[in-house]
Amino acid sequence: MSVAPSDFTAGLLDPDRPAPNGLTDAQGRPAGKRFDVYRNNVNASLIEALEQGFPVIYKLVGRDFFRAMAAVYLRAHPPTSPLMMHYGAEMAGFLETFPPAAALPYLPDIARLECAIRRAYHAADATPIAGTALAEVAPDALPQVRFRFAPAVQIIASAYPIHGIWRANSDAGGPAPVAEAQAVLVARPDMDPTVSLIPGNALPVMTALLGGTALGAAFDQGGAGFDPSALLTLLLTHGAITALT
Amino acid sequence: MFDASSHPDSLPNHPGVGYKPQHFAALTADPGPVRWLEIHAENYMGDGGRPLAQLRHLSERFAISVHGVGLSIGGEGPLDADHLARLKHLVGWLNPASFSEHLAWSTHDAHFLNDLLPLPYTAGTVDRVARHIEQVQETLGRQMLLENPSSYLAFAESEMSETDFLREIVARTGCGLLLDVNNVFVSATNLRTSPRDYIDSFPLDAVGEIHLGGHDEDRDEHGELLLIDSHGKAVVDPVWALLDYTLARSGPKPILIEWDNDVPDWPILAAEADRAHAALSLIPA
Amino acid sequence: MSNTSKSIFLAASVATAVAGLAHTASAQEQEKCFGVALAGENSCAAGPGTTCAGTSTVDYQGNAWTLVPAGTCADIELPAMADGTARMGSLEALDRDMAG
Repeated sequence: MSVAPSDFTAGLLDPDRPAPNGLTDAQGRPAGKRFDVYRNNVNASLIEALEQGFPVIYKLVGRDFFRAMAAVYLRAHPPTSPLMMHYGAEMAGFLETFPPAAALPYLPDIARLECAIRRAYHAADATPIAGTALAEVAPDALPQVRFRFAPAVQIIASAYPIHGIWRANSDAGGPAPVAEAQAVLVARPDMDPTVSLIPGNALPVMTALLGGTALGAAFDQGGAGFDPSALLTLLLTHGAITALT
Repeated sequence: MFDASSHPDSLPNHPGVGYKPQHFAALTADPGPVRWLEIHAENYMGDGGRPLAQLRHLSERFAISVHGVGLSIGGEGPLDADHLARLKHLVGWLNPASFSEHLAWSTHDAHFLNDLLPLPYTAGTVDRVARHIEQVQETLGRQMLLENPSSYLAFAESEMSETDFLREIVARTGCGLLLDVNNVFVSATNLRTSPRDYIDSFPLDAVGEIHLGGHDEDRDEHGELLLIDSHGKAVVDPVWALLDYTLARSGPKPILIEWDNDVPDWPILAAEADRAHAALSLIPA
Repeated sequence: MSNTSKSIFLAASVATAVAGLAHTASAQEQEKCFGVALAGENSCAAGPGTTCAGTSTVDYQGNAWTLVPAGTCADIELPAMADGTARMGSLEALDRDMAG
């Protein structure tokens, strides 16, 4: 009797199914625990990939919860690509509808942030402009200037203090977060991704710039107390801008 | 069939290790007997950043073996065209000394299962695997090596031995073979066959690389020993003995130490490479 | 703001930002390689050598799921979490809770 790969696959992901017929040990007895080796490999390797990909979520919820949650996730969202570096991209959406995590409503945005950090780590290399390049633009041409951003640059905006939560639970270390909406800039000045707080009044400006809006119109989006030079400093020191167009 | 003579590069008949980023500084300072490194292709398919910077740097000093773990050559469906294109890109810019993949499948119905899954050895699977290997060699413009798997179970439907299967694949495609001696030991223990008989019937002339790694011990529900290819420990003495047995018949080959779980500090891995070096030194060139 | 005054304002912001930048040379190729590298995500090894993972799961739709998050989340006190109402986290919900 032949074993269809679809039966083999279904058995790997459903622990309640018996091992497919036609798989045996050396004496022709049904495979049983020998099939469980493959089940273990699939599950353990995917759970480990998620642990590596979401270290802050792991720390926030603890090992037992994370591993049980990951076992549910990997069945709902098995990888669709052999590149494990990107596995877990649906984690934010999954957490939004995962009842056991409902008491931690900031988790989906932390998942978005951790996915963004991984994307930044593997993003294409880019040479940032020097600050002087911006200073050399004639003042009356500045409002029409648009920024081109490095491939690593991403914004994550949240109703929760994701920068504070991330810092307090990462190697960066930091004080306990306080309740406020926060947005972060993910960038990669050289080889190491960075996560920086974007002041709330600068978020609409940053969003506009990333969307290709020219400097003049983008800066008009700034909220009360918006500090343009602080935002420019943030972008220049993190190697976020690769060209002026 | 692929003509191997069109790509003369090959790995040196010296020890290599599976590259781990935590060993970068040690390898750069003093690689000991290590002359080449093996990378898992999929970890270097990002667009940029430190993984590629490290790989570029290392490739100036070491011969590189690209070892794919995600192509699903034994898969029922066609090869993933996107993945094959990524592989072509990597092999194109890196121009490694070797490219190898596994006699296994890992993707089904667009789902990647992140494990090397077994296939039965039948006329049908020979056709499928040969077709996929020809497609890979055609796309990459070079010969590839195919690795024998670790087996935990047998397929009742299998019609031929693994070595006959591999011999047929080599004859049809002109590919080379990657002989994992630990896998031979693991499979032979698990399926109660003789590892030396396996080596005796293996087409050793086609071997372009040898793998060694550690395994774990478990028991099945009947209390039978069940070895698991975990790459998380030192190579055991019976596997070193099987290496000696193999080298005495094959002549010197490039030998890789694989250590992927519970990766040790560099001196422990270097000691494994030293032992491989000693085994090679006993074999006339 | 007139176009002229906007230009002057922007130019002043640029000048302030650039003046504050430290002059740091980009890292050399060799230096790019050192530093923390993430573990490779793909591997050809079998999972840790037991057959236990993958042979059971916890079903959160039944009554089996008894796990509660038990990590550093306990250290985070957000008003939005305190009253048991705000869950799916819109800005409005957080604003309301912070105001209240």
